[in-house]
Amino acid sequence: MRKNLNVIAAYSIMMVLIILVGIFQSWNIALSIFNMCLISAVMTMGANIQWGYAGLINFGIMGYTALGGLAAVIISVDPVQEAWSAGGLNILICLWLIIAIVLIIRFIIKNFQKSKVRTYSIAALIISGIILLRFTAEPGIEAIEDINPAKTGFLGGFGLPIIFSWIVGAFFAGGLAFVVGKVALGLRADYLAIATLLISEIVIAIIKHEDWLTRGVKNVIGLKRPAPYEVDLQSTDWFITLVEKFNSGKLELISNLSDRQTTLNQLVIEGSSVFVKLCYSGLFLIVVIILLILTQKALYSPWGRMMRAIRDNEEAANAMGKNVFKQHLLIFILGSAIVGIAGAMLVTQDGLFTPGSYRPMRYTFLIWVMVIVGGSGNNFGAILGGFAVWFLWIESAPIALFLINFFTVGIPSTNLLKAHLIESVPYFRFLMMGLGLLLIMRYRPKGILPEKIEIK
Amino acid sequence: MDILNALILLLNYIFIPALTYGSQLALGAIFVTLIYGILRFANFATGDMMSFGTMVTILFTWYFQSLGISLGVLPTALIAIPFGILFMIIYMLSIDKFVFKYYRTNKSPPVQLAMVSIGVMFVTQAVVRIIIGPSDQRFFDGEKFIIKAREFKEMTGLNEGLALKSTQVITVLVTVILVSLLFWFLNKTKTGKSMKAYSDNEDLALLSGIDPKKIVMITWIIAGILATIGGALYGLDKSFKPFTYFNNMLPIFAAAIVGGIGNPFGAFLGGYVIAFSEIFLTYAYKKFFMYILPESMEPESLVQLLSTDYKFAVSFSILVIVLLYRPSGIFKGKVL
Repeated sequence: MRKNLNVIAAYSIMMVLIILVGIFQSWNIALSIFNMCLISAVMTMGANIQWGYAGLINFGIMGYTALGGLAAVIISVDPVQEAWSAGGLNILICLWLIIAIVLIIRFIIKNFQKSKVRTYSIAALIISGIILLRFTAEPGIEAIEDINPAKTGFLGGFGLPIIFSWIVGAFFAGGLAFVVGKVALGLRADYLAIATLLISEIVIAIIKHEDWLTRGVKNVIGLKRPAPYEVDLQSTDWFITLVEKFNSGKLELISNLSDRQTTLNQLVIEGSSVFVKLCYSGLFLIVVIILLILTQKALYSPWGRMMRAIRDNEEAANAMGKNVFKQHLLIFILGSAIVGIAGAMLVTQDGLFTPGSYRPMRYTFLIWVMVIVGGSGNNFGAILGGFAVWFLWIESAPIALFLINFFTVGIPSTNLLKAHLIESVPYFRFLMMGLGLLLIMRYRPKGILPEKIEIK
Repeated sequence: MDILNALILLLNYIFIPALTYGSQLALGAIFVTLIYGILRFANFATGDMMSFGTMVTILFTWYFQSLGISLGVLPTALIAIPFGILFMIIYMLSIDKFVFKYYRTNKSPPVQLAMVSIGVMFVTQAVVRIIIGPSDQRFFDGEKFIIKAREFKEMTGLNEGLALKSTQVITVLVTVILVSLLFWFLNKTKTGKSMKAYSDNEDLALLSGIDPKKIVMITWIIAGILATIGGALYGLDKSFKPFTYFNNMLPIFAAAIVGGIGNPFGAFLGGYVIAFSEIFLTYAYKKFFMYILPESMEPESLVQLLSTDYKFAVSFSILVIVLLYRPSGIFKGKVL
């Protein structure tokens, strides 16, 4: 108990902060912060098992998040039949072509010695393959994008419940991580960072511009939900009785019957959105707890000890007969898959997929701030980092506004400088993130909850 | 005549824009490479440092414009750049003193320094956005074109016009002058040579009496000059927007690594490699083929290898290929 005191204290403070937001701002805001905190925690856990367990630096988090989101679209949207009949065949042929090209290249690499001829023939194969693909795909893509472009203009998906996409998102992200890992894992740490960052940009470019698959910047809206809709709740009897019971004390104070009815209606509307958010919180909490149990088990298993050995001394671990590259690849895939789950959860919660909103600042660097601040190598630290940093990210604008008003209290609001500062309040969040990161790196380089290895 | 038309077309839409863009990238890439070679970390704050220098330049430009000072046909920003450089150097040296120095003296691993540079990136981005705002700023004045497309057509009687913007000429000229000065400094002066020695082997350099503090200071000063000029030229030619500058960090990194990181000359050429391949691969050659091919063979499609949406993806793919087949870059930089 005593040695876990700092963990308990840190989490209690976090919970109190969120409850304070609920009391002073609104429960709606508090719950949406809480939900985003949970999603951030999942992303941070993914990054943490790569960085904290294995010392692998992955700046491609944005790409895996977007792939998870794409999975949500592909799983949940109903298929667009006309589009399939118009261009589906071309797309399927292209898919087979890609598989064939990859298999041929694999065959060449396996069966021939490394030489200039081999390199050039592979390059020639790839280039001619791309040209061939373009000629097959072009008519199909044009046909698909021409079908009702305002509403669909893409292939659609499988029409399954969106919750399955959380698993599929993990597979998508893991698949990408397999390819990226094969290509980039041999590189030195900071090159790996740059390479993964650039590859994630390529992924985003593809998602943004392949309209036949993702609708691109036209966005996919109105995705299915795993939780009930507010409008339905507001007309359901059991929900209204529930709200009535919950607020009975407040309602009894109002004697006028019609006043009481309006108040009740107001409460039902508020309550419905809180209820929906609570449903999401429950689902997300289940994911976080399952992942936490699994990652904790992994951390203290022989495999976890081996990962730490590889992280702390690669050469020694290699000499002990551990396959460093294989283990790196494995953990790279696992971590990315977890990030993919988070990406799918994010799209599920928002109910829309906006490829234009994936930016490295928000989805890569912010997550890294969470990992570093929370404490790399410690799962509880990673989750706490996700909570604390996201909380600060959202609440920094009100905090900055308060501080500016506090320090310039004597200055009239017509003052140019003050007006300018108040106008640029949203950008103080970058300042706070940066300062937070720099201070933590300087004075507590292992994070708020540092990694602790128990030797049993 | 048709061949001349085709050549002018390529010159106008590929060669001149790529040369300008390449020069802007090259300055940034030399900045990255110097920091990497001498201070030994990947500086993720590159793009935002450039936007900081540009911001100061813009503020001074506006000040001069309000005073009525101008250079006539040349943009006022040219007199503002030295002031921008001055502020940039002060900013960089103070960042080094308060942030990077601690990790350097502690001999932290490069990854940690890269992480710290992310913190600097956040702070710089915040400062720029708080001071000048996140929106587009134009600060160009003076004569916009040296040759206008229509005048060129009338002058030569060709179908294709050639437009030459003054910012393009300024960019290329300033880059050439600055880079030749830099290479002269690095290769001929004693300080420059000691910088190279420090970059090659730190311990040996220290043994032979090179003062590391001086080297680090001079590196930041040169970096400040490069960042400000590179950023200001980009802003003059296109426009200034903090987010674009942050994004430019990616092709700049690509240029530095493709050229061989730690090797300034490689970075210089890397900038052009990236710029030319981006524009070559995303240009629609339909008109070009219409000029050089007989009428019966004219292409129907746009003859575009990749859509312009993939402009960034091109440079990153080049980077990935280079990392796979020649990780030390085209011009042999540091070995990974």
